[in-house]
Amino acid sequence: MSVELVVFVLAGAVCLGGALGVVLSTNPVHAALSLVATLFGVAVLFVAQEANFLAVVQVIVYAGAIVVLFLFVIMLLGVDQADDLRVEPLVGQRVAAGVVSLAILGLIFAALDSAGMTATGVSGTIDDRVADVNRLGESLFTTYLFAFEVTSVLLVIAVVGAVLLARRAKPGDEIVDPGQEERAEQVAERMADARAHVGAHEFWPHGDEGRRAAGGDGEDVDEHEEVRS
Amino acid sequence: MIAALEVVPSWYLVLAALIFSIGSFGLLVRRNPLVMFMCVELMLNAVTLTFVTFAHVLTDTGGQSIVVFVLVVAAAEVVVGLAIIVALLRKRPEATADDAALLEG
Repeated sequence: MSVELVVFVLAGAVCLGGALGVVLSTNPVHAALSLVATLFGVAVLFVAQEANFLAVVQVIVYAGAIVVLFLFVIMLLGVDQADDLRVEPLVGQRVAAGVVSLAILGLIFAALDSAGMTATGVSGTIDDRVADVNRLGESLFTTYLFAFEVTSVLLVIAVVGAVLLARRAKPGDEIVDPGQEERAEQVAERMADARAHVGAHEFWPHGDEGRRAAGGDGEDVDEHEEVRS
Repeated sequence: MIAALEVVPSWYLVLAALIFSIGSFGLLVRRNPLVMFMCVELMLNAVTLTFVTFAHVLTDTGGQSIVVFVLVVAAAEVVVGLAIIVALLRKRPEATADDAALLEG
């Protein structure tokens, strides 16, 4: 039994076990830890295919950063209680999901089979004497330079977006409608007209005092409520 | 019999296909947004494994370069996605993926 076979079988089993763990575990923390198992297994398979640098990056970025981020969010929000997987909120959802994912699997197998279960295409020219980090670096900074630069823009956008989304809005920080005050005045005018028409006593039994009491804190709040509705 | 077995590239592709379909099943079945996100990561990993396999078989660095980009995009996606999930779960701690409309307005 060759070493490669043993490595493949073990890493593949870890990958599949971890993947099933992510899907089947009720507790999100357990799911995150199963995800780590899968990521490590994939990293091992990377090494088996001479992608040493990517294996290291996989462990550092995925296991070290992304999963830690997941765990951090789970702990931060305190959502680490177990989900109840016994109930099926949508009737037939699991069966349908199983059918769809099996169909995806079948499609991939069909595509693989039509290609003769191997890669077809133009073979590149890898010089085995050059380390894979050097090859990858050269490829990133020559062939894929533009995509690499665009990636940095993507990261900046992601950081700004994350800060914007996760920020807790302060009370005075609401999005202000530019014409809000003007319209509030108009609404107040119309309300005053209507009140004059109907008669203040029917509208607010205790006059302006009663209106304040019914509207909460004061006139301002009352007007805003009216504008919104 | 077993001693004669050699690891061929198609095994990696089959393994990646299995991980991908498990991930897609989880994405369709689970309702906790965090776990759904982990399933997306599973699918991304299956794809990167396929890319590395092809890079190895075709002796081309392009496949590995794309994996670098997938890693970066996955990191960006996780950052933004988790921010959205934080905003969602802050509104209602027991929120599921059905409650994404809570973020409206």
